[in-house]
Amino acid sequence: MIDMNEEKKAKRSVWPDHIVFLSFFAMLIFAFLLSVSVGSVDVSLSDTVRILLNKTFGIGNISDIPESLSVIIQQVRLPRVILAALVGAALSISGTSMQGLLRNPLADSSTLGVSSCAALGAVLAISVGFQLPQFPYFGIAAMSILFAFASFIVIMALSYQIDRNLSTNTIILTGVIISMFAGSIISFVVSISGEERLKSIVFWTMGSFSGRGWDYVGLITPFVVVGIIGLLRYSTELNAFALGEEKAGYIGVNTKRVKINILVFVSILVGVSVSVSGTIAFVGLVIPHITRMLIGSNHKKLMPLSLITGATFMIFADLVSRTVLRPSELPIGVVTSLIGSVIFIYIFYSQRQKQY
Amino acid sequence: MLKVDSLSVCINHKSIIQDISFEVPEHEILMVIGPNGAGKTTLIKAIMQNAKHDGAAYLDGKNIADISSREIAKQIGVLTQTHSQQFSFTVYEVVSLGRYAHQEGMFSKMGKEDYDKIDDALKLTGTYHLKDRSVLTLSGGELQRIFLASVFAQDPKILILDEPTNHLDLQYQIGIFDTLKEWVKGEGRSVIAVVHDLNVVYTYGTKALLMNEGRVYAYGNVDDVLNRENLKKVYEVDVALWMQNLLQHWK
Repeated sequence: MIDMNEEKKAKRSVWPDHIVFLSFFAMLIFAFLLSVSVGSVDVSLSDTVRILLNKTFGIGNISDIPESLSVIIQQVRLPRVILAALVGAALSISGTSMQGLLRNPLADSSTLGVSSCAALGAVLAISVGFQLPQFPYFGIAAMSILFAFASFIVIMALSYQIDRNLSTNTIILTGVIISMFAGSIISFVVSISGEERLKSIVFWTMGSFSGRGWDYVGLITPFVVVGIIGLLRYSTELNAFALGEEKAGYIGVNTKRVKINILVFVSILVGVSVSVSGTIAFVGLVIPHITRMLIGSNHKKLMPLSLITGATFMIFADLVSRTVLRPSELPIGVVTSLIGSVIFIYIFYSQRQKQY
Repeated sequence: MLKVDSLSVCINHKSIIQDISFEVPEHEILMVIGPNGAGKTTLIKAIMQNAKHDGAAYLDGKNIADISSREIAKQIGVLTQTHSQQFSFTVYEVVSLGRYAHQEGMFSKMGKEDYDKIDDALKLTGTYHLKDRSVLTLSGGELQRIFLASVFAQDPKILILDEPTNHLDLQYQIGIFDTLKEWVKGEGRSVIAVVHDLNVVYTYGTKALLMNEGRVYAYGNVDDVLNRENLKKVYEVDVALWMQNLLQHWK
């Protein structure tokens, strides 16, 4: 017999999948255009579209639009919004993968401690003044990617010592410990830093896309592309993991190798994301849940959609962080934490039974 | 064919199973029985390389430890005791995961053969009408049947079932074992089933393996293994007498 309550809870949105994908893609485009046009100097949507078409494809004439506006769109807004989209997508698919792999709805890069370690790398770089001569910000980027990888190695090595099977509980526990450890070192560094560095460090640990130009986009795009493709490839395996690790092994999944590979790609994505924009909380945690409510738990659909919802969310969050207190900026982590926690409470409230 | 040779598992200096040896040729339904804690589930784990062990299990002559998870899955399918149902997959999605081992390569898609095997498995277990339902809406019996369908879709040569009809009513018990009896007639197929119900052993088993305290107590034909003395010793209850008394109720 069908239990009507169960059927209702189990049903996701009533719209067919392709409609969901299309509408969210449309929302992404809209968010993108809106975010590029709004800022300390507002440009109308139609002008924005015209500028973009002209500069990207050489279509149309924009001689009636002041050059300065065009430059703002091209050099300041466009790269920033694209960066937000990339980071949003990267963090979301990482969170989705972590939750699927570890079968834990609270898992994301912060849980694993990878975010905190990447942030620690960046904080150390900032406080020490570590800079590469040609590229002032790349020193920070390099350090945080390095620390993200290092944290992954430490977590795996520690977990292996405790438990040769690398059980997910062990990995989560080790990750939490590493996260707390990194957090305490960051606090220590903050406490001994001079005022100058302090503001920059604190702003950094709360996340920001401010002042990020095309060089940043160029820096992270290859990593993000590699990471995303790497994770998408494991969609079926993540479905298998949802049945339980033992069962996944019995249907033929090489669980150890899959776990390691997924964690490597997540480290890449989280490492580069933190390196360009600091730690941005809640995105990797909340976006997978929202996306699951829209399209269900099949990772073959969940993973691609989480890219779109994550990118859209981050673009909106960045827009809010730029405009709410303009002309000054809120750290984006504040925006995502606020919106994220409200959404999270709503999700738990509306779903009595744990399911994912 | 599956051959187990002197399999032993030791955890934290405690011996869980010791020196287990047996063979499962074609068309055999081997019933593994024994009191709780005898080591039956550990035996399955050891065969499937999920537990560190001494001794070995051989698949068609090859040591299973040397075979990849995917290749093992093509030959051996396992139905576990418990199923967690926290996810809202459809029945079809769960059953199609059984085809995982047969899809190699990074971008492998499922082909006609895969879809046919899935449909056949659903029909074989009488769950075809449930295929678009969410697994969260299924009853215990239905859930067990779809996981059985998943293993059938996997199309292995050997089925290992760990207490497949626990918590299920008689109707399902008979249904599942009747299906298995038919299934095992296929070429190269055999079944190993861990069960608690000794009547099932008599009705469907071709051979029996009686385990006690981690060791093989008796192994061979069902009648020989299930003799009165063996059961009295292992279960510490005169099982034969108990069953005969029960029979009086049904006369």
